[in-house]
Amino acid sequence: MYNKRFIIPGLVIFVLFVTFPLWFNAFSTASPVPKPELPPGGEKECVAPASEMRDRHMVLLNEWRDGVLRDGERDVITVGGKQYRKGLQMACMQCHTSKEKFCDTCHDYTSVKPFCWDCHLTPEEAALKKETH
Amino acid sequence: MKYAFSFLAVIALILIAWLGSQIPGMPYLFGIALPYLAMMIFLGGFVYRVVQWGKSPVPFSIQTTCGQGKSLDFIKHDRLEAPDTTAEVVARMFLEIVTFRSLFRNTKSELHDGPKITYESSKWLWLFAIIFHYSFLMVVIRHMRLFLDPVPFWIAWLEFGDGLFQVGAPTWYMTDIGLLAGCVLLFSRRLITRHVRFISLVNDYFPLVLIFAIAVTGILMRYFLRTEIDIVNIKQLAVGLVTFSPVIGTEIGAIFYIHLFLVCVLLAYFPFSKLMHFAGVFMSPTRNMKNNTRAVRHVNPWNPKIIPHSYGGYEDEFREFMVDSGIPVEKELPPKKDEEKDEE
Repeated sequence: MYNKRFIIPGLVIFVLFVTFPLWFNAFSTASPVPKPELPPGGEKECVAPASEMRDRHMVLLNEWRDGVLRDGERDVITVGGKQYRKGLQMACMQCHTSKEKFCDTCHDYTSVKPFCWDCHLTPEEAALKKETH
Repeated sequence: MKYAFSFLAVIALILIAWLGSQIPGMPYLFGIALPYLAMMIFLGGFVYRVVQWGKSPVPFSIQTTCGQGKSLDFIKHDRLEAPDTTAEVVARMFLEIVTFRSLFRNTKSELHDGPKITYESSKWLWLFAIIFHYSFLMVVIRHMRLFLDPVPFWIAWLEFGDGLFQVGAPTWYMTDIGLLAGCVLLFSRRLITRHVRFISLVNDYFPLVLIFAIAVTGILMRYFLRTEIDIVNIKQLAVGLVTFSPVIGTEIGAIFYIHLFLVCVLLAYFPFSKLMHFAGVFMSPTRNMKNNTRAVRHVNPWNPKIIPHSYGGYEDEFREFMVDSGIPVEKELPPKKDEEKDEE
Protein backbone atom coordinates (compact mmCIF):
# COMPACT_ATOMS: atom_id res chain seq x y z
CA MET A 1 0.00 0.00 0.00
CA TYR A 2 1.26 3.47 -0.90
CA ASN A 3 1.06 6.55 1.37
CA LYS A 4 0.36 4.40 4.42
CA ARG A 5 1.22 7.19 6.80
CA PHE A 6 -1.73 9.24 5.51
CA ILE A 7 -4.26 6.57 4.59
CA ILE A 8 -4.15 4.46 7.76
CA PRO A 9 -4.59 7.39 10.20
CA GLY A 10 -7.31 8.69 7.90
CA LEU A 11 -9.15 5.39 8.03
CA VAL A 12 -8.73 5.17 11.81
CA ILE A 13 -10.23 8.66 12.20
CA PHE A 14 -13.09 7.71 9.89
CA VAL A 15 -13.92 4.52 11.80
CA LEU A 16 -13.73 6.34 15.15
CA PHE A 17 -16.00 9.02 13.74
CA VAL A 18 -18.62 6.58 12.47
CA THR A 19 -18.54 4.56 15.68
CA PHE A 20 -18.70 7.72 17.81
CA PRO A 21 -22.03 6.70 19.45
CA LEU A 22 -20.49 3.38 20.53
CA TRP A 23 -17.68 4.80 22.58
CA PHE A 24 -19.60 7.90 23.66
CA ASN A 25 -22.26 5.71 25.26
CA ALA A 26 -19.67 3.28 26.61
CA PHE A 27 -18.03 6.11 28.59
CA SER A 28 -21.20 7.79 29.81
CA THR A 29 -23.81 6.75 32.31
CA ALA A 30 -27.03 5.78 30.62
CA SER A 31 -30.11 7.57 31.86
CA PRO A 32 -33.07 5.37 32.71
CA VAL A 33 -35.92 5.24 30.26
CA PRO A 34 -38.14 8.19 31.25
CA LYS A 35 -41.30 7.55 33.24
CA PRO A 36 -43.40 10.71 33.23
CA GLU A 37 -45.33 11.17 36.45
CA LEU A 38 -49.06 10.56 36.10
CA PRO A 39 -51.31 13.34 37.43
CA PRO A 40 -50.85 13.47 41.22
CA GLY A 41 -54.52 14.31 41.57
CA GLY A 42 -55.43 10.92 40.13
CA GLU A 43 -57.15 12.16 36.98
CA LYS A 44 -57.51 9.40 34.39
CA GLU A 45 -59.00 11.32 31.45
CA CYS A 46 -57.23 13.77 29.19
CA VAL A 47 -58.50 15.75 26.23
CA ALA A 48 -57.55 12.79 24.04
CA PRO A 49 -56.54 9.16 24.65
CA ALA A 50 -53.04 8.70 26.11
CA SER A 51 -51.58 7.17 22.93
CA GLU A 52 -52.83 10.04 20.81
CA MET A 53 -51.53 12.57 23.33
CA ARG A 54 -48.14 10.84 23.30
CA ASP A 55 -47.93 11.07 19.51
CA ARG A 56 -49.58 14.42 18.83
CA HIS A 57 -49.59 16.64 21.94
CA MET A 58 -47.24 19.14 20.33
CA VAL A 59 -49.51 19.49 17.32
CA LEU A 60 -52.50 20.03 19.57
CA LEU A 61 -50.71 22.61 21.69
CA ASN A 62 -49.54 24.44 18.61
CA GLU A 63 -53.09 24.54 17.24
CA TRP A 64 -54.38 25.84 20.57
CA ARG A 65 -51.66 28.47 20.67
CA ASP A 66 -52.49 29.68 17.16
CA GLY A 67 -56.23 29.55 17.84
CA VAL A 68 -56.12 31.45 21.11
CA LEU A 69 -53.45 34.02 20.34
CA ARG A 70 -54.01 34.68 16.65
CA ASP A 71 -57.72 33.99 16.09
CA GLY A 72 -59.08 34.68 19.58
CA GLU A 73 -60.74 31.27 19.83
CA ARG A 74 -60.82 30.96 23.57
CA ASP A 75 -63.69 28.47 23.54
CA VAL A 76 -63.93 25.84 26.22
CA ILE A 77 -63.44 22.20 25.24
CA THR A 78 -65.67 19.57 26.78
CA VAL A 79 -64.36 16.04 26.80
CA GLY A 80 -66.13 13.31 28.77
CA GLY A 81 -68.25 15.83 30.66
CA LYS A 82 -65.22 17.74 31.89
CA GLN A 83 -64.49 21.23 30.68
CA TYR A 84 -61.01 22.38 29.68
CA ARG A 85 -59.96 25.91 28.93
CA LYS A 86 -57.56 26.06 26.00
CA GLY A 87 -54.05 26.62 27.34
CA LEU A 88 -50.97 24.98 28.69
CA GLN A 89 -51.29 26.43 32.18
CA MET A 90 -55.08 26.52 32.16
CA ALA A 91 -55.62 22.93 31.01
CA CYS A 92 -52.55 20.68 30.94
CA MET A 93 -50.76 21.89 34.05
CA GLN A 94 -53.95 21.69 36.12
CA CYS A 95 -53.54 17.91 36.28
CA HIS A 96 -49.88 17.45 35.30
CA THR A 97 -48.76 19.82 38.00
CA SER A 98 -45.01 19.47 37.58
CA LYS A 99 -43.11 20.42 34.44
CA GLU A 100 -39.97 18.75 35.80
CA LYS A 101 -41.64 15.45 36.63
CA PHE A 102 -43.87 15.29 33.57
CA CYS A 103 -42.77 17.29 30.54
CA ASP A 104 -39.03 17.30 31.14
CA THR A 105 -38.62 13.55 31.66
CA CYS A 106 -39.10 12.64 28.00
CA HIS A 107 -37.96 15.97 26.57
CA ASP A 108 -34.59 15.82 28.33
CA TYR A 109 -34.09 12.19 27.32
CA THR A 110 -34.61 12.92 23.64
CA SER A 111 -33.19 16.47 23.62
CA VAL A 112 -36.46 18.11 22.70
CA LYS A 113 -36.49 21.76 23.66
CA PRO A 114 -40.01 23.09 23.12
CA PHE A 115 -40.35 26.85 23.22
CA CYS A 116 -43.49 26.75 25.40
CA TRP A 117 -41.51 27.96 28.37
CA ASP A 118 -40.12 30.99 26.58
CA CYS A 119 -43.46 32.63 27.47
CA HIS A 120 -45.22 30.30 29.89
CA LEU A 121 -44.40 29.93 33.56
CA THR A 122 -44.03 26.52 35.13
CA PRO A 123 -46.38 26.00 38.11
CA GLU A 124 -43.42 26.45 40.47
CA GLU A 125 -42.41 29.72 38.85
CA ALA A 126 -46.02 30.89 38.87
CA ALA A 127 -46.30 30.18 42.60
CA LEU A 128 -43.06 32.05 43.19
CA LYS A 129 -44.33 35.05 41.24
CA LYS A 130 -47.51 35.14 43.32
CA GLU A 131 -45.52 35.20 46.55
CA THR A 132 -43.35 38.13 45.47
CA HIS A 133 -46.30 40.24 44.34
CA MET B 1 -36.06 4.96 -18.37
CA LYS B 2 -32.94 5.06 -16.24
CA TYR B 3 -34.55 7.42 -13.77
CA ALA B 4 -37.85 5.56 -13.87
CA PHE B 5 -35.99 2.41 -12.87
CA SER B 6 -34.51 4.25 -9.85
CA PHE B 7 -37.99 5.20 -8.71
CA LEU B 8 -39.24 1.66 -9.18
CA ALA B 9 -36.33 0.28 -7.17
CA VAL B 10 -36.96 2.69 -4.30
CA ILE B 11 -40.71 1.99 -4.35
CA ALA B 12 -39.95 -1.74 -4.19
CA LEU B 13 -37.67 -1.15 -1.19
CA ILE B 14 -40.37 0.89 0.54
CA LEU B 15 -42.93 -1.87 -0.05
CA ILE B 16 -40.55 -4.51 1.31
CA ALA B 17 -40.06 -2.54 4.53
CA TRP B 18 -43.70 -1.53 4.82
CA LEU B 19 -45.22 -4.96 4.34
CA GLY B 20 -42.30 -6.78 5.95
CA SER B 21 -42.44 -4.84 9.19
CA GLN B 22 -46.12 -5.72 9.62
CA ILE B 23 -45.36 -9.43 9.94
CA PRO B 24 -45.05 -10.36 13.63
CA GLY B 25 -41.43 -10.74 14.69
CA MET B 26 -40.10 -8.98 11.59
CA PRO B 27 -39.50 -5.67 13.40
CA TYR B 28 -36.48 -7.42 14.93
CA LEU B 29 -35.14 -8.04 11.44
CA PHE B 30 -35.80 -4.49 10.20
CA GLY B 31 -35.01 -2.75 13.47
CA ILE B 32 -32.02 -4.70 14.75
CA ALA B 33 -30.50 -7.29 12.41
CA LEU B 34 -30.46 -5.24 9.20
CA PRO B 35 -29.01 -2.08 10.78
CA TYR B 36 -26.11 -4.09 12.23
CA LEU B 37 -25.56 -5.89 8.93
CA ALA B 38 -25.73 -2.65 6.95
CA MET B 39 -23.28 -0.93 9.29
CA MET B 40 -20.81 -3.81 8.99
CA ILE B 41 -21.07 -3.78 5.19
CA PHE B 42 -20.63 0.00 5.24
CA LEU B 43 -17.54 0.04 7.45
CA GLY B 44 -15.96 -3.09 5.96
CA GLY B 45 -16.68 -2.06 2.39
CA PHE B 46 -15.48 1.48 2.98
CA VAL B 47 -12.16 0.37 4.47
CA TYR B 48 -11.75 -2.26 1.72
CA ARG B 49 -12.30 0.28 -1.04
CA VAL B 50 -9.88 2.77 0.49
CA VAL B 51 -7.22 0.07 0.96
CA GLN B 52 -7.69 -1.03 -2.66
CA TRP B 53 -7.19 2.54 -3.77
CA GLY B 54 -4.17 2.85 -1.51
CA LYS B 55 -2.66 -0.21 -3.19
CA SER B 56 -3.06 1.28 -6.66
CA PRO B 57 0.19 2.89 -7.82
CA VAL B 58 0.14 6.36 -9.32
CA PRO B 59 2.41 6.08 -12.37
CA PHE B 60 2.68 9.77 -13.13
CA SER B 61 2.48 13.01 -11.24
CA ILE B 62 -1.01 13.89 -12.43
CA GLN B 63 -2.14 16.84 -10.32
CA THR B 64 -4.55 19.18 -12.02
CA THR B 65 -2.68 22.41 -12.44
CA CYS B 66 -5.04 25.35 -12.55
CA GLY B 67 -2.55 28.17 -12.12
CA GLN B 68 1.08 29.21 -12.42
CA GLY B 69 3.40 26.59 -10.95
CA LYS B 70 6.38 27.52 -8.83
CA SER B 71 9.06 28.86 -11.13
CA LEU B 72 11.56 31.70 -11.12
CA ASP B 73 11.33 34.21 -8.29
CA PHE B 74 9.88 37.02 -10.41
CA ILE B 75 7.03 34.83 -11.72
CA LYS B 76 4.11 34.88 -9.30
CA HIS B 77 3.36 31.41 -8.00
CA ASP B 78 -0.31 30.45 -7.60
CA ARG B 79 -0.09 28.58 -4.32
CA LEU B 80 -3.61 27.15 -4.24
CA GLU B 81 -3.92 26.18 -7.88
CA ALA B 82 -0.45 24.68 -8.27
CA PRO B 83 0.62 23.72 -4.75
CA ASP B 84 4.30 23.11 -4.26
CA THR B 85 4.51 22.16 -0.56
CA THR B 86 2.50 19.82 1.64
CA ALA B 87 0.96 22.79 3.45
CA GLU B 88 -0.26 24.21 0.14
CA VAL B 89 -1.70 20.83 -0.85
CA VAL B 90 -3.50 20.63 2.50
CA ALA B 91 -4.93 24.10 1.98
CA ARG B 92 -6.09 23.20 -1.53
CA MET B 93 -7.65 19.93 -0.34
CA PHE B 94 -9.35 21.62 2.60
CA LEU B 95 -11.01 24.22 0.40
CA GLU B 96 -11.98 21.57 -2.13
CA ILE B 97 -13.63 19.43 0.54
CA VAL B 98 -15.28 22.25 2.46
CA THR B 99 -16.26 24.65 -0.33
CA PHE B 100 -16.26 22.45 -3.49
CA ARG B 101 -13.95 24.79 -5.42
CA SER B 102 -13.76 22.52 -8.43
CA LEU B 103 -17.55 22.65 -8.86
CA PHE B 104 -17.33 26.43 -8.70
CA ARG B 105 -15.35 26.21 -11.93
CA ASN B 106 -18.17 24.41 -13.70
CA THR B 107 -18.94 25.75 -17.16
CA LYS B 108 -21.74 25.19 -19.59
CA SER B 109 -21.10 24.94 -23.30
CA GLU B 110 -23.59 26.02 -25.94
CA LEU B 111 -23.61 25.61 -29.69
CA HIS B 112 -24.69 28.69 -31.65
CA ASP B 113 -25.19 29.40 -35.36
CA GLY B 114 -21.96 29.52 -37.21
CA PRO B 115 -21.43 26.88 -35.85
CA LYS B 116 -19.82 28.50 -32.85
CA ILE B 117 -19.33 27.00 -29.41
CA THR B 118 -19.41 29.20 -26.32
CA TYR B 119 -18.49 28.46 -22.74
CA GLU B 120 -20.01 30.25 -19.81
CA SER B 121 -19.62 29.95 -16.07
CA SER B 122 -22.42 27.95 -14.47
CA LYS B 123 -22.65 27.99 -10.71
CA TRP B 124 -25.86 25.98 -10.34
CA LEU B 125 -24.12 22.66 -9.79
CA TRP B 126 -21.98 24.21 -7.06
CA LEU B 127 -25.00 25.81 -5.39
CA PHE B 128 -27.09 22.63 -5.45
CA ALA B 129 -24.17 20.56 -4.20
CA ILE B 130 -23.53 22.95 -1.31
CA ILE B 131 -27.21 22.92 -0.29
CA PHE B 132 -27.41 19.16 -0.55
CA HIS B 133 -24.18 18.21 1.21
CA TYR B 134 -24.40 20.64 4.12
CA SER B 135 -28.07 19.82 4.72
CA PHE B 136 -27.27 16.13 4.70
CA LEU B 137 -24.34 16.60 7.08
CA MET B 138 -26.51 18.58 9.48
CA VAL B 139 -29.28 15.98 9.31
CA VAL B 140 -26.82 13.20 10.13
CA ILE B 141 -25.36 15.15 13.07
CA ARG B 142 -28.83 16.00 14.36
CA HIS B 143 -29.74 12.32 14.38
CA MET B 144 -27.04 11.78 16.99
CA ARG B 145 -29.54 12.97 19.60
CA LEU B 146 -31.25 9.61 19.13
CA PHE B 147 -28.03 7.63 19.61
CA LEU B 148 -26.23 9.54 22.35
CA ASP B 149 -27.32 9.37 25.94
CA PRO B 150 -26.98 11.93 27.53
CA VAL B 151 -27.23 14.26 24.51
CA PRO B 152 -24.17 16.55 24.32
CA PHE B 153 -24.94 20.26 24.54
CA TRP B 154 -23.53 21.07 21.10
CA ILE B 155 -26.08 18.84 19.39
CA ALA B 156 -28.85 20.76 21.15
CA TRP B 157 -27.24 23.99 19.88
CA LEU B 158 -27.13 22.74 16.30
CA GLU B 159 -30.75 21.61 16.57
CA PHE B 160 -31.77 24.99 17.91
CA GLY B 161 -30.00 26.77 15.08
CA ASP B 162 -31.53 24.44 12.52
CA GLY B 163 -35.06 25.06 13.82
CA LEU B 164 -34.47 28.74 14.39
CA PHE B 165 -37.57 29.87 12.53
CA GLN B 166 -39.80 27.97 14.99
CA VAL B 167 -42.32 27.07 12.32
CA GLY B 168 -44.92 24.60 13.54
CA ALA B 169 -44.61 21.95 16.22
CA PRO B 170 -42.45 19.93 16.12
CA THR B 171 -40.40 22.79 14.65
CA TRP B 172 -39.43 22.53 11.02
CA TYR B 173 -35.74 22.22 10.34
CA MET B 174 -34.12 24.27 7.61
CA THR B 175 -31.96 21.32 6.61
CA ASP B 176 -35.01 19.10 6.09
CA ILE B 177 -36.10 21.48 3.36
CA GLY B 178 -32.50 21.86 2.18
CA LEU B 179 -32.01 18.12 1.79
CA LEU B 180 -35.25 17.69 -0.14
CA ALA B 181 -34.53 20.71 -2.31
CA GLY B 182 -30.96 19.52 -2.91
CA CYS B 183 -32.16 16.12 -4.10
CA VAL B 184 -34.81 17.61 -6.36
CA LEU B 185 -32.42 20.21 -7.80
CA LEU B 186 -29.59 17.76 -8.46
CA PHE B 187 -32.05 15.29 -9.98
CA SER B 188 -33.64 17.85 -12.25
CA ARG B 189 -30.19 19.05 -13.31
CA ARG B 190 -29.52 15.54 -14.60
CA LEU B 191 -32.79 15.58 -16.51
CA ILE B 192 -32.71 19.10 -17.87
CA THR B 193 -29.09 19.60 -18.92
CA ARG B 194 -28.81 17.57 -22.11
CA HIS B 195 -25.11 16.72 -21.86
CA VAL B 196 -25.50 15.58 -18.28
CA ARG B 197 -28.62 13.60 -19.10
CA PHE B 198 -26.74 11.83 -21.87
CA ILE B 199 -24.03 10.59 -19.51
CA SER B 200 -26.29 9.88 -16.50
CA LEU B 201 -26.71 6.26 -15.50
CA VAL B 202 -29.01 4.39 -13.15
CA ASN B 203 -26.32 4.57 -10.48
CA ASP B 204 -26.42 8.36 -10.77
CA TYR B 205 -30.19 8.61 -10.35
CA PHE B 206 -30.69 5.85 -7.80
CA PRO B 207 -28.77 7.41 -4.85
CA LEU B 208 -30.60 10.71 -5.36
CA VAL B 209 -33.99 9.01 -5.35
CA LEU B 210 -32.99 6.87 -2.37
CA ILE B 211 -31.82 9.87 -0.34
CA PHE B 212 -34.94 11.77 -1.38
CA ALA B 213 -37.09 8.89 -0.12
CA ILE B 214 -35.14 8.79 3.13
CA ALA B 215 -35.72 12.51 3.63
CA VAL B 216 -39.41 12.24 2.75
CA THR B 217 -40.02 9.32 5.12
CA GLY B 218 -38.14 11.14 7.87
CA ILE B 219 -40.21 14.27 7.38
CA LEU B 220 -43.46 12.30 7.22
CA MET B 221 -42.53 10.54 10.43
CA ARG B 222 -41.65 13.73 12.26
CA TYR B 223 -44.50 15.97 11.13
CA PHE B 224 -47.34 14.03 9.58
CA LEU B 225 -47.62 10.29 10.26
CA ARG B 226 -47.02 10.52 13.97
CA THR B 227 -49.24 7.59 14.94
CA GLU B 228 -47.23 5.08 16.96
CA ILE B 229 -44.14 7.23 16.57
CA ASP B 230 -43.06 7.52 20.18
CA ILE B 231 -39.69 9.21 20.19
CA VAL B 232 -38.79 7.72 23.59
CA ASN B 233 -39.36 4.26 22.19
CA ILE B 234 -37.26 5.00 19.13
CA LYS B 235 -34.44 6.46 21.16
CA GLN B 236 -34.50 3.40 23.39
CA LEU B 237 -34.00 1.24 20.31
CA ALA B 238 -31.30 3.50 18.86
CA VAL B 239 -29.32 3.69 22.11
CA GLY B 240 -29.81 -0.06 22.48
CA LEU B 241 -28.30 -0.61 19.03
CA VAL B 242 -25.15 1.33 19.84
CA THR B 243 -24.73 -0.26 23.27
CA PHE B 244 -25.31 -3.75 21.81
CA SER B 245 -28.42 -4.34 23.89
CA PRO B 246 -31.26 -3.44 21.52
CA VAL B 247 -34.86 -3.67 22.64
CA ILE B 248 -38.05 -2.85 20.79
CA GLY B 249 -40.34 -1.59 23.54
CA THR B 250 -43.81 -1.21 22.11
CA GLU B 251 -45.01 -1.22 18.55
CA ILE B 252 -43.42 1.41 16.31
CA GLY B 253 -45.18 2.70 13.20
CA ALA B 254 -44.32 1.25 9.78
CA ILE B 255 -43.02 4.60 8.55
CA PHE B 256 -40.13 4.24 11.00
CA TYR B 257 -39.15 0.85 9.59
CA ILE B 258 -39.39 2.17 6.04
CA HIS B 259 -37.10 5.06 6.96
CA LEU B 260 -34.66 2.78 8.76
CA PHE B 261 -34.66 0.18 5.98
CA LEU B 262 -33.90 2.80 3.33
CA VAL B 263 -31.02 4.08 5.48
CA CYS B 264 -29.73 0.51 5.79
CA VAL B 265 -29.89 0.13 2.02
CA LEU B 266 -28.02 3.41 1.60
CA LEU B 267 -25.32 2.31 4.07
CA ALA B 268 -24.88 -1.09 2.42
CA TYR B 269 -24.90 0.42 -1.07
CA PHE B 270 -22.51 3.22 -0.15
CA PRO B 271 -19.12 1.48 -0.46
CA PHE B 272 -19.92 0.06 -3.89
CA SER B 273 -21.32 3.21 -5.45
CA LYS B 274 -20.40 6.69 -6.60
CA LEU B 275 -21.10 7.81 -3.05
CA MET B 276 -17.56 6.67 -2.28
CA HIS B 277 -16.50 10.11 -3.49
CA PHE B 278 -16.71 10.78 0.24
CA ALA B 279 -13.38 8.93 0.55
CA GLY B 280 -12.38 9.49 -3.05
CA VAL B 281 -12.10 13.25 -2.63
CA PHE B 282 -9.27 12.62 -0.16
CA MET B 283 -7.65 9.94 -2.32
CA SER B 284 -7.76 11.74 -5.64
CA PRO B 285 -4.20 12.02 -7.03
CA THR B 286 -5.19 14.91 -9.24
CA ARG B 287 -5.71 16.91 -6.07
CA ASN B 288 -3.53 15.44 -3.35
CA MET B 289 -0.23 15.50 -5.26
CA LYS B 290 2.21 18.38 -5.30
CA ASN B 291 2.81 20.34 -8.45
CA ASN B 292 6.59 19.99 -8.09
CA THR B 293 7.58 17.86 -11.07
CA ARG B 294 10.40 20.25 -12.00
CA ALA B 295 11.97 19.94 -8.59
CA VAL B 296 11.30 16.31 -7.63
CA ARG B 297 11.34 13.30 -9.93
CA HIS B 298 8.23 11.14 -9.65
CA VAL B 299 9.24 7.49 -9.98
CA ASN B 300 6.56 5.15 -11.30
CA PRO B 301 6.15 2.61 -8.52
CA TRP B 302 5.39 -0.22 -10.90
CA ASN B 303 8.59 0.23 -12.89
CA PRO B 304 10.47 -3.11 -12.92
CA LYS B 305 13.66 -3.03 -10.89
CA ILE B 306 16.37 -2.87 -13.57
CA ILE B 307 19.91 -2.99 -12.22
CA PRO B 308 22.44 -1.20 -14.46
CA HIS B 309 24.67 -3.65 -16.33
CA SER B 310 27.79 -2.05 -17.81
CA TYR B 311 29.89 -3.57 -20.59
CA GLY B 312 32.67 -4.16 -18.06
CA GLY B 313 30.28 -6.18 -15.90
CA TYR B 314 28.99 -8.05 -18.95
CA GLU B 315 32.50 -9.02 -19.99
CA ASP B 316 33.30 -10.08 -16.42
CA GLU B 317 30.29 -12.38 -16.51
CA PHE B 318 30.93 -14.00 -19.89
CA ARG B 319 34.74 -13.57 -20.41
CA GLU B 320 35.55 -17.31 -20.48
CA PHE B 321 32.91 -18.04 -23.10
CA MET B 322 33.93 -15.02 -25.13
CA VAL B 323 37.59 -16.11 -25.16
CA ASP B 324 36.56 -19.68 -26.00
CA SER B 325 34.62 -18.56 -29.06
CA GLY B 326 37.33 -16.14 -30.09
CA ILE B 327 35.50 -12.90 -29.39
CA PRO B 328 37.93 -10.09 -28.61
CA VAL B 329 37.86 -8.99 -24.97
CA GLU B 330 39.10 -5.78 -23.39
CA LYS B 331 40.59 -7.59 -20.44
CA GLU B 332 42.25 -11.00 -20.96
CA LEU B 333 41.49 -14.01 -18.78
CA PRO B 334 43.55 -13.89 -15.62
CA PRO B 335 46.68 -16.02 -16.11
CA LYS B 336 46.36 -17.31 -12.52
CA LYS B 337 43.55 -19.65 -13.52
CA ASP B 338 45.65 -21.31 -16.22
CA GLU B 339 48.50 -21.99 -13.77
CA GLU B 340 46.09 -23.59 -11.36
CA LYS B 341 44.76 -25.76 -14.17
CA ASP B 342 48.32 -26.76 -15.08
CA GLU B 343 49.08 -27.80 -11.55
CA GLU B 344 46.06 -30.04 -11.57
